[in-house]
Amino acid sequence: MIVGEQKPFDEVWEMVKDHKQLTVFGCNTCVAVCHQGGNKEAEILASLLRMRATQEGVDIEIQDGGIERQCEHPFFESAKSMLEESEAVLSLACGIGVQFVAEKYMSMPVYPALNTTFLGDVQGDGSFTEKCQACGDCILGVTGGICPVSRCCKRIFNGPCGGSSNGKCEISKDIDCAWQLVVDRLEALGKMAEYEKLTPIKDWSKDRAGGPRSFKLEGF
Amino acid sequence: MEMYTDSKLEKVLKNGHMAVSSECGPPRSSDAEGIIKKGHLIKDHVDCINITDNQTAVTRLCSLAACVHLKNEGLEPALQMVVRDRNRIALQSDILGAASFGINSMLCLSGDHQSFGDHPSSQNVFDLDSMQLIQTARYMRDEGKFLGGEDIKVPPRLFVGAAANPFADPFHIRVPRLAKKIAAGAEFIQTQCVYNLDRFEQWMEGVVERGLHEKVFIMPGITPMRSVGMAKYMARAVPGMDVPKELIDRLSGVPKDKQAEEGITIAVESIERLKECTGVAGFHIMAIEWEEKVPEIVERSGLYPRPKVD
Repeated sequence: MIVGEQKPFDEVWEMVKDHKQLTVFGCNTCVAVCHQGGNKEAEILASLLRMRATQEGVDIEIQDGGIERQCEHPFFESAKSMLEESEAVLSLACGIGVQFVAEKYMSMPVYPALNTTFLGDVQGDGSFTEKCQACGDCILGVTGGICPVSRCCKRIFNGPCGGSSNGKCEISKDIDCAWQLVVDRLEALGKMAEYEKLTPIKDWSKDRAGGPRSFKLEGF
Repeated sequence: MEMYTDSKLEKVLKNGHMAVSSECGPPRSSDAEGIIKKGHLIKDHVDCINITDNQTAVTRLCSLAACVHLKNEGLEPALQMVVRDRNRIALQSDILGAASFGINSMLCLSGDHQSFGDHPSSQNVFDLDSMQLIQTARYMRDEGKFLGGEDIKVPPRLFVGAAANPFADPFHIRVPRLAKKIAAGAEFIQTQCVYNLDRFEQWMEGVVERGLHEKVFIMPGITPMRSVGMAKYMARAVPGMDVPKELIDRLSGVPKDKQAEEGITIAVESIERLKECTGVAGFHIMAIEWEEKVPEIVERSGLYPRPKVD
């Protein structure tokens, strides 16, 4: 799923403080799972902004709301009138949702309340970790199911580098060495012979490097 | 043995001599005088001088330009190239540029992560990894082609090396990883600084067992300790560095003003012991900001005078 983190409150305030009316708008799927951008978080953020407005003596009418997903048209139906009557929107969606709102409402300012941080998983203890960079050409089949593109700080395809120490990455003791994990998995799978095969030079044209990507279902 | 380049290092190694290389870091300045001076300090005692490429991710005068400065002085530089800062277009371009100046050797590296350097907010590139850079340099030289498939009119003839760290984890893949670098096309290997000689020899046993020492020239890295403080720092803070407690104790047992001398002696003893290790083809002496000590180490280790190979 897509993981995001709320921007520092002061940064959010600076973006929106000059409006007379603002809708704080949640997105209740991915970013709700990480408790940063769901409809509940929109309600809390709206309250905080109202308090700040009162403290600063600024007159803004702030309402809150939200939908299940800000990246698909049908979900916007339930919020149609709310958004059409808004002067500006503070979206708690990921960057996709913010842009979706921007393109849908051409003349309405929309601001991001979150920094979209990564594509990751839910570790279960309130922690979320990056697992994919959507590079467009998945090699998990040859790396024991561990992604070096997203999990190795140097995205090395033939690792580990010389900085792997006690299973950790040279840049931080909090980061697992992805290639230690690859080796552990290959061993568990009885596939260590695979380790010595050189991973070929990657075609990055399928990544961000090749420009914005899209695909269209045939006959849809 | 067949020679593929004009590299002095290649000639020394393939003529069966123990090779000696060293390295110098370029200045954080547009004035190259410092690196030229460093080069002259050691030129008669080594077969080639590696020029580091923005080492520790700190911005410096570029490796290629520094190599050209040394070449202009009649010295034999080896171009270090990290894949952190340049994509395959720039890397191939710099290889051509190096060859055009008669730079004959190169070392392919990943590069320290930018978070260690002076621009931690920079983007990193890693279009290729270090093994793929080895493949690239060999492909350009031996097939006379760019990675994109086009012919190179005059291919760059560089002797291609790689680094190896026998002390990083996991230890049991360190021999297979060397095999992989050889398969990629590495012709010589300069290792991480060797302090734990037992562990290095254990790694070399695995190397020799697979006959890898007959496919690549292995040059252990030797870095003299200047003080017990440096030893402790390297043990504690440098990832992938194995500094045994006995070495720290030995330096601690010597008065502060004699520790540097003791460090040199330890380096000399290490070389003397590793000379006897099957598969060791030479030494890469990295006296960090202490280049003036390289001649003494080379002489005391019995590696001087250097062979004439031209």
